[in-house]
Amino acid sequence: MSKIKIFQTRIQKFFANPQFKTFGSFVQKEFYHISRDKTSLSLLLILPVLLMILFGYSINTEVKNSRIAIYDPSNDVVTRGIIEKIKASEYFTVVRMLKSPEEIEKQFLREDLKMVIVFSDHFYENMQRTGKAQVELLTDGTDPNSAMTVVSYASNIIALYQKDLFKIQQIPFQIQPAVKLLYNPQLKGPYYFVPGILGMILMIICSMMTSISIAREKEFGTMEVLLVSPFKSMYIILSKAIPYFVLSLVNLASMLLFAVFMLKVPIAGSLFWLIMLSLLFIFLSLSLGLLISALANTQLEALLFSGMVLVIPVVMLSGMLFPIENMPHFFQWLSQIIPATWYISGVKKIMIKGLGFSSILPELGILTMMTVFLITISWKSFKYRLE
Amino acid sequence: MEKVIEVQNLTKKFGDFTAVDHISFEVYKGEIFGFLGANGAGKTTAMRMLCGLLPPTSGKGLVAGFDIHTQSEEVKRNIGYMSQKFALYEDLKVWENIRLYGGIYGVPEDEIIKKTDELLKRLGFEKERNSFVKSLPLGWKQKLAFSVAIFHEPKIVFLDEPTGGVDPITRRKFWELIYEATDRGITIFVTTHYMDEAEYCDRVSIMVDGRIDALDTPNNLKLQYHAQNMNEVFQQLARKAKRTDA
Repeated sequence: MSKIKIFQTRIQKFFANPQFKTFGSFVQKEFYHISRDKTSLSLLLILPVLLMILFGYSINTEVKNSRIAIYDPSNDVVTRGIIEKIKASEYFTVVRMLKSPEEIEKQFLREDLKMVIVFSDHFYENMQRTGKAQVELLTDGTDPNSAMTVVSYASNIIALYQKDLFKIQQIPFQIQPAVKLLYNPQLKGPYYFVPGILGMILMIICSMMTSISIAREKEFGTMEVLLVSPFKSMYIILSKAIPYFVLSLVNLASMLLFAVFMLKVPIAGSLFWLIMLSLLFIFLSLSLGLLISALANTQLEALLFSGMVLVIPVVMLSGMLFPIENMPHFFQWLSQIIPATWYISGVKKIMIKGLGFSSILPELGILTMMTVFLITISWKSFKYRLE
Repeated sequence: MEKVIEVQNLTKKFGDFTAVDHISFEVYKGEIFGFLGANGAGKTTAMRMLCGLLPPTSGKGLVAGFDIHTQSEEVKRNIGYMSQKFALYEDLKVWENIRLYGGIYGVPEDEIIKKTDELLKRLGFEKERNSFVKSLPLGWKQKLAFSVAIFHEPKIVFLDEPTGGVDPITRRKFWELIYEATDRGITIFVTTHYMDEAEYCDRVSIMVDGRIDALDTPNNLKLQYHAQNMNEVFQQLARKAKRTDA
């Protein structure tokens, strides 16, 4: 019998099991727990939108070692001089010298560049002849804080160079930096924080609430009674996960609607893949919640665990508030193992940059691996704990 | 007499620590069997093994005719369990709790409805059908928890310190419910800290350091240990214990 067949018969057995009906009343019971606790319920439904309003204020931060690329078709004394200054600055790391204008957009996405500096043709010639020369600063507007910072650093370097040059050459001329933002032309704050809020809320609801609701059963002793009964522990866990899964979908919808209609953040890419990515992240968060509930015996423990282990790192390290490239190496490394980092990066790509499915393959791949890993260890530790 | 629990040399080790050390005993149908012991004596571990929650390290145990090691599913189907926390869902209504616990033991829907009516009538809880459990007084919750534990007519019901934190009068009333259940042929396996309750049992076992040091009727135990009451018997045995909580 093929693996699919075995899986099919397993599914059929699952639904044919007389316990499945009881399972239905268990799911109903979980909904009662949530709906009868009016305070928590209203908090769960309002919190997402409330946070979206709160995070309207962005936080300014300094950006160091931003990855940039340079396109310099004129390659003359002045442009080389400016490039030297930029290379010498601690704010920038020049990862690539581009060979054609076609490369700009491509490298921007591939290299995850913060900025591309584009000099005009015949830069020095123009400067001498007309007293004017153009340089374009292209930045990633999905991250308006760092985009603005990066632009101002670059403009300063160019202005300083110009001043130095003026002293030597005594010719009146002007280098005019033109700033162009890719992806988020109006530099709107919401573009930047919406993906982060999505990640945080889904994590709170799925992980924190699931683990608290399982811990509550342990605390009140009902878990013990359920375990002594012939009711399968898998059903107990599933019945816990389903209501929070539904609640997450409701919140996902409300946050996306709020983002699109109130904050005017359009969904630039495919809504389908945005939802698929979110579903994957919800599954991941649910399995994290399961893992926490295996370790925590009281609601307080579950709350502290999920608060410390999930929510705070998500806020601090996922790139939601503070640019990851600004962190010390250890934290940069740490941010890579935080699932929300990948979710937020994927949401930015689809929702704001409007990139297609292929661009989020790394995020999907990593999140899938993390989910499989978490489900495996949480299931094992749960079984172990029950015994 | 029909045996509903048969245990031979049942042992549970956690690493080097022997929580339950070769215990052997039998419990007969319709009996009230008191399972006593100081904290840490191994009562809970033994009871968890009998309920099919914990596989034994060695030894043999039959509960309701099923092997606790290899047939834990069947064991679970034939027993009832009430914990010291009364384990009811406070934010569910009385009838919702009954239906839920009936459901997990596979009691058919129409039977649940019929038996719920009977049960509420017998307890005098008809008016409380739609009340939330959290609004009930402690004694009522306790009665309800017990009734729910025997709702599916199990052969044996395990009561883990069922009267903790309850006043003596309510305790006495609770024991009336227990006697009623034995009249219906349900065997009671009960742990308790209250020695007056030990007197109500048909037979009592006392665990010390993972072993069963005494097992007999309360009267015989009192004679054997030259004691006035069960409390003195318990004190004499518990004093020998080397393991303590602290």
